[in-house]
Amino acid sequence: MSEVKKIATRDSYGRTLVECGATNPNIVVLDSDLAAATKTGMFQKAYPDRFYDCGIAEANMVSIAAGLAACGKIPFVSSFAMFAAGRAYEQIRNSVGYPGLNVKIGASHAGITVGEDGASHQCNEDIALMRSIPGMVIINPADDVEAVEAVKAAVEYEGPMYLRFGRSAVPVIHDPENYTFEIGKGEVLKEGKDVTIVATGMMVDSSLKAAEKLAAEGIDAEVINIHTIKPLDEELIIQSAKKTGKVITVEEHSIIGGLGAAACEALSENYPTPVYRIGIRDVFGESGSAADLLVKYKLDGQGVYEQVKEWLAK
Amino acid sequence: MTNLELQKIANQVRTNIVKSVHAAKAGHPGGSLSAADIFTYLYFEELRVDPKNPDDPDRDRFVLSKGHTAPGLYGVLAERGFFPREDLLTLRHLGSYLQGHPNMNHIPGVDMSTGSLGQGISAAVGMALAGKLDKKDYRVYTLLGDGEIQEGQVWEAAMFAGAKNLDNLVVIVDNNNLQIDGSIEDVNSPYPIDKKFEAFNFHTICIDAHDFDAIRAALKEAKETKGIPTAIIAKSLKGKGVSFMENNAGWHGKAPNDEELAIALEDLRKEAESLCQK
Repeated sequence: MSEVKKIATRDSYGRTLVECGATNPNIVVLDSDLAAATKTGMFQKAYPDRFYDCGIAEANMVSIAAGLAACGKIPFVSSFAMFAAGRAYEQIRNSVGYPGLNVKIGASHAGITVGEDGASHQCNEDIALMRSIPGMVIINPADDVEAVEAVKAAVEYEGPMYLRFGRSAVPVIHDPENYTFEIGKGEVLKEGKDVTIVATGMMVDSSLKAAEKLAAEGIDAEVINIHTIKPLDEELIIQSAKKTGKVITVEEHSIIGGLGAAACEALSENYPTPVYRIGIRDVFGESGSAADLLVKYKLDGQGVYEQVKEWLAK
Repeated sequence: MTNLELQKIANQVRTNIVKSVHAAKAGHPGGSLSAADIFTYLYFEELRVDPKNPDDPDRDRFVLSKGHTAPGLYGVLAERGFFPREDLLTLRHLGSYLQGHPNMNHIPGVDMSTGSLGQGISAAVGMALAGKLDKKDYRVYTLLGDGEIQEGQVWEAAMFAGAKNLDNLVVIVDNNNLQIDGSIEDVNSPYPIDKKFEAFNFHTICIDAHDFDAIRAALKEAKETKGIPTAIIAKSLKGKGVSFMENNAGWHGKAPNDEELAIALEDLRKEAESLCQK
């Protein structure tokens, strides 16, 4: 078996911005002194005239983007998730969300896999913040293939959008030849009948690995990839819940306000089903390598497997 | 347009402000009145805008960064013909398009949704940037409160505009010296305002906000200033034109009752009369 290719979705972001920028002159990219890390530096190199480094001033960057969008541009603004969704929350809410302007927020270094920088930089709350803004579309791609298509879809889509990218390289789980991306549509990656695992972002890979381990023990898990957290593909989750009767959500994000919360809301209003939320359980993170942190917070394949088993046994 | 003509329009704008805020039973008359002459000059002399084509991509832009003074903006937009004057009486009413703070999606002539202080100037910077990118010659104007400039984002925006040489941007500070909690010096002094903008690489001009000759000259000077943005610090009188509201922080965000409205309208009627005799 050949080695699985690993690519960080922030790389996919930078690369695809360059690709889209070649044909769409309206794309303008803004960063706040993190262009090398968020990978918008690739765009800067390719199209220096359409790139603005706003310096360490995220609030201003977001509202500048609103002004650009009001004049017909398609601005992508980038920072770490902590400083995009966190620091500039109110600018996103009032300058972008309320007027419904066509601003794309490309947030990298989301979740605990920021790693060594520690809790100040590990944003596990961004999805919760963005979900609360009316009309905001939230996309959290699982791998390179999905991230590339998500960025392309963001260029075509008219309106505010939050794109969440990770720092660490993650396995490429999709085949680019047979992949289609549609905003708001989840995908069943593995069919199963005993339990539904709904995962997003890099947790899709962990969930697939967990499902393999469960299968070895005779537990047939269905694995659903939700790249669009808002608007949520409620129908897909409800249909699966009807089949399995048990739902587990997995995200590299707080269990408060993210995918788990969104799934609970959809299920409890439409088809009440027991749900267990796997994620960061209302704590701040800490310094460590991404791999070590995933183990500690039980978000690697083994950790997800153990949490699923534990819950099913209750 | 002569100064007298502008003064007559500004008097009507002020009348619109007090009537609409009274009808709304809430709103911000003080800072709307202090900026009424600036609103009037901008919309009747300076801005290349067309009420029949409010979304013209080549129009000049105006961002009311101090969005709470929407009654002033709406008051002048109505006079300029963007929407009927009688609609002003629906301000802040349920179902009205005239929201408490400017909404670009529902109000003809409003270029940016504002209200959360400090954000409008950044949006204006973005518009100026778009103009440069597209090599268009439209200009972008934004009006800030002097209390508003306590927001850190204002200085993030100023730093960027100065650094990027946005000479198509004009920042106007309505320096009426009062904010909700008192005088801006007592609360958290932003003075010296002109020196601050100068330090952020702006060309700065200090004027009397109620002198049309001074407004005219400053905006001409701004247009002629190349390579850097311009900040106009306009010393104004909060509540200007309504005797009991003048220089009174209490009228920052309060609507006049029926009796107070009558006094305000009488003040403005007298002023209109004296303008007609000139």
